[in-house]
Amino acid sequence: MDQTTTLNKKYTSSLSDKEDSSNLLIQSRKLKDRLFKIAAMVFSFITIGMVFLIIGSLLAKGLRQINWAFFTQVAPDTFSAMMAKSSGQVIPGGIVNGILGSIYLVALASAMAVPFGILIGVYVYENSKKRYAAIIRDIADILQGVPSIVIGIIAYIWIVVPLTKGYSVFAGSVALAIMMLPLIVRSTEESLKMVPETLKEAAIALGAPYYKVILRVLIPSSFSGLMGGILLAISRVLGETAPLMLTTLGNPQVNWHIEKPISAVPLLIWQFYNDPNMVDLIWSSAVFLMGFVLILNLTSRWICARKKI
Amino acid sequence: MFILSLGIREQYEISLLQLILMQVNSDKILKRVLFAASLVILLIAAAMIFSLFKGSLPSISRFGWGFLFSPEWDPTQGREHYGALLFIVGTLLTSIVALIIALPLAFFTSLFVAEYFRGTKIAAIVSTLVDLLAGIPSIIYGLWGFYMLRPFIVSLGLSPQGFGVLTSALVLAIMVVPYATSLSNNTIMMVPNELKEAAYSLGATRLEVIRNVILPSARSGMAASYILAFGRAIGETLAVTMLIGNENIIPKGLCSTGNTMASVIANQFGEASGLQLSSLIEIGLLLFVITTLINAAGKYIIKKIA
Repeated sequence: MDQTTTLNKKYTSSLSDKEDSSNLLIQSRKLKDRLFKIAAMVFSFITIGMVFLIIGSLLAKGLRQINWAFFTQVAPDTFSAMMAKSSGQVIPGGIVNGILGSIYLVALASAMAVPFGILIGVYVYENSKKRYAAIIRDIADILQGVPSIVIGIIAYIWIVVPLTKGYSVFAGSVALAIMMLPLIVRSTEESLKMVPETLKEAAIALGAPYYKVILRVLIPSSFSGLMGGILLAISRVLGETAPLMLTTLGNPQVNWHIEKPISAVPLLIWQFYNDPNMVDLIWSSAVFLMGFVLILNLTSRWICARKKI
Repeated sequence: MFILSLGIREQYEISLLQLILMQVNSDKILKRVLFAASLVILLIAAAMIFSLFKGSLPSISRFGWGFLFSPEWDPTQGREHYGALLFIVGTLLTSIVALIIALPLAFFTSLFVAEYFRGTKIAAIVSTLVDLLAGIPSIIYGLWGFYMLRPFIVSLGLSPQGFGVLTSALVLAIMVVPYATSLSNNTIMMVPNELKEAAYSLGATRLEVIRNVILPSARSGMAASYILAFGRAIGETLAVTMLIGNENIIPKGLCSTGNTMASVIANQFGEASGLQLSSLIEIGLLLFVITTLINAAGKYIIKKIA
């Protein structure tokens, strides 16, 4: 309220004192106002221009290489890529080892992170007034801020060295699961908060036991929020490269063994980037990865935005 | 008791699982399960700090605090010496420059979304597009910076190869804009309408309302979101690795090459062993500590205003 009074003083005094020059003053105030609005619009358009610039330049370069073989064959070796390049053809092969690897890694990571994430989210929501739950929430926030490369180091220390004695699917999925966990905890808590308290009270009043209140009332009525949060978490880790570099290494073949190295789409992009013969494949893989991630991202927003209950 | 309840089972046709849940106190079990799950995240965080610390012990005992202040990074066998100073400086420099570039973009974009075009379709589209920036993977920013932005920097004559602090900072700036805007939008929208209307009724222009009403009450929330964005920039790995030049020197200026903490880990971790590995893990520990402190500062401000 004191803000209003100070404003009051400011403008009444400025108007009465400078009666003569008030016209000029008003004009300059209006001009400043207009300039500021123009600045706001210009900078916002620069920001969204960047989105179009990045996505557009990727599409322009990458669509050429996307064909059927791109999704069915494994990544070519340097030699065949070089031969194709020197004769002006499209590089043979595709990224199926990366696609399957990414799906494998993310599925395994979700299997670890989703159940725990939801349980912890329910716990934090149910005990939100307790100090311990607040600490758990803070820890989730801290974990969310840990750089992905540090998570990679952790998975290397925990899994690669002692357990699988080498780069492995398991190590990579543990790294991704650690990254997903805090995201799911927070999104679960946030979407449970949206459930009206009355709904829960009605269930309790009917004598429903605690587990039924959670399983039959809380989770179903916040289901779209939960799904949205999980999809968002998946879309976040799907493009992660740094932790996989330290944990799964990459593999030129399709691999299903959990204790063996595996490839992933972002890892393949990194590999193509480091190989001058593979430049063309970089762009198509990048388009594929970005398209996949952005579609997941938009889907999760769409699910979250739909009215619940 | 059990036989009696088996009779109940036949009588009321309830499943065995429900019967078991009736026998024991289901509420208590569920509460315990939830509590046990919460321990998992606690354990992960504690074990993370422990493992990072344990992994960096050889390096800590060898170099002590000197690790932080030595600009030398020499893996040559026999005269190994590791110091993190040049990586710390490189990381802070790129992140600070990135934040400076991102600030006007984020500031005006949040005003656009949360004030000028609040509630309109165009604001929804702009904020969705900005959020998409957060969804694009780091490696794609790196590729874009390498193939599109770097030639542009070269053509401007800023640096011969186009690698360096400025190139990385530009890409980083775009990457962190969504983190800086999302929270700012919320705090700007939370400014009470009565205050704004009071100022308008006194004849204030929109700019004056923004300057005298919105900014004073949204200031700390916006500051917090910029701090969180800064924390993001510090931890970014691949985009920076592809653009900074990875030269182990302290950057002399904006167009100079350098190296960052995350990049040196990404570049050298695979081939490292012994003392070098331990030093890299210590850099990871430093990165963990720095980002945690920055995030904690941001969260603290948010809590204070909430």
